[in-house]
Amino acid sequence: MTIAAPAVAPATKTDQLLNFQDVAMTFPNGTTALSGVDLTVDRGEFVTVVGPSGCGKSTLLRIASGLTPATEGVTEVDTTRIGYVFQDATLLPWRDVQANVELLAELNGVPKAKRRVTAKEAIDLVGLTGFEKHLPKTLSGGMRMRTSLARSLTLDPELFLFDEPFGALDEITRERLNDELIKLFTEQQFAGLFITHSVSEAVYLSTKVVVMSGRPGKIVDTFPVDFPFPRDPEIRFTAEFAELCGKVSHALREGHH
Amino acid sequence: MTTAPPTAPKNRTMMRPATVKTSRKKSATWVPPLLVALGIIAVWYLVSYVFLDEQRRFLLPPPHEIFTDAFFQPDVISDIMVALGRTAVVALVGLAIAIVIGVAWAVAMSQARWIERSTFPYAVILQCIPILALVPLIGFWFGFDYPARIIVCIMIALFPMVSNTLFGLQSVDKGQRELFQLQKAGRWTVLTKLEFPAALPAIFAGMRISAGLAVVGAIVGDYFFRRGEPGLGSLISNYQSRVQSAELFAAIITASLFGVVIFAFFGWLGKRVVGKWYDFSAS
Repeated sequence: MTIAAPAVAPATKTDQLLNFQDVAMTFPNGTTALSGVDLTVDRGEFVTVVGPSGCGKSTLLRIASGLTPATEGVTEVDTTRIGYVFQDATLLPWRDVQANVELLAELNGVPKAKRRVTAKEAIDLVGLTGFEKHLPKTLSGGMRMRTSLARSLTLDPELFLFDEPFGALDEITRERLNDELIKLFTEQQFAGLFITHSVSEAVYLSTKVVVMSGRPGKIVDTFPVDFPFPRDPEIRFTAEFAELCGKVSHALREGHH
Repeated sequence: MTTAPPTAPKNRTMMRPATVKTSRKKSATWVPPLLVALGIIAVWYLVSYVFLDEQRRFLLPPPHEIFTDAFFQPDVISDIMVALGRTAVVALVGLAIAIVIGVAWAVAMSQARWIERSTFPYAVILQCIPILALVPLIGFWFGFDYPARIIVCIMIALFPMVSNTLFGLQSVDKGQRELFQLQKAGRWTVLTKLEFPAALPAIFAGMRISAGLAVVGAIVGDYFFRRGEPGLGSLISNYQSRVQSAELFAAIITASLFGVVIFAFFGWLGKRVVGKWYDFSAS
């Protein structure tokens, strides 16, 4: 925990991991999910996107990961090491924690001995040591999400995409996982693009909060967040934090009519 | 009701109520059917002795006569057991083939939409055809011995395997599919590491249904062909025509028990293989 990521990394060309220019997404049924989205994520950045439900936040991640191509605009992603954490943990119920965490390496043809070590390290990082032989159905929601995180960590991602990963968890578990995510972010040096509908989660986690409007999703405002890393949970109770949350909420309301 | 002593270690206090609960649950599942069975036997005796006079008692011989006149008669029981053996061979071979064809067909359909679109209707039609109507034709084409009986068996047992396997393969969670897609996993990898394991509970549910049907198929084929080495079907047919009612009942009971045993076996096997991660009681 020696490395503290700078609040906003200087945006030189090589530092840019993700670059969206004027991206739009229209589904075959005619629904426009996104329009005119400009968004960049640089190394060292943790960008959070907040917006009302159905504003195309998830579509943004699907485009970034290559699952769905955008219908318009320029999308550049300057890495192949992309972690993707879904809304659900999407664990394979017949595999135990260890085998679930090994899955991605296995799909990429990493030899057994090597992926076992990588998985062990990832399990250790998310604090699940001792649960290797547990099946998903015996785990709590928070532990399933940790397993899912560990699984993506085995890819040693440069860009980590999070699609409302903690939305279904209770407040206490969510706050703990937020802290652990910040710890991982400062230690593992990935860039993050995090989708949420919680304003305080957005402000607490990120170096930059991007506010989206309702359908079609557009970026209405961007707020840099310069609290130092690793973040002290107590900042949640400071006046600056409350003020920033207020601004983000205000922008959300403004963009939502 | 046992309660754990207050000094018991934590895991024991947690274990105790659980075991009490499951044993209560077990008795709750066994006692009502047992009472029904006793009720049926009581009514059976009543009909046998009160409603039927002696000349017509062969229509429903009292339960104990099925034992004294059939099961406990060495020649009768040996006839039944030999026939059961032949029927079991037909049913199990037929079931095994139905499982292989059913799973393979469903996998093919899951891999290519055009195969599904062009062949699944025939699986449904196969299910709708009254197989009994086809039995004479099967006899013409394939003779009246084991191969023909096995074919009848396969035709009856095939559909649940096809439809269950296909359903299982196609109902894989979308997020899990995308997880594989993100790693650019090929079709074979997706099939073997995701779709097939995910379909196993449905496949086992299909096997259980097909197992019961395979027994029906084995008996039906034999009952109609009545040639070659007699299985339970021929035996039932013979006892029927000779009005040997105790023997007839014994053969029917044996056939039923065999059906129940094979059904229970596949239920057990399914639990054994996937019960660790899949909760069958939920479906």
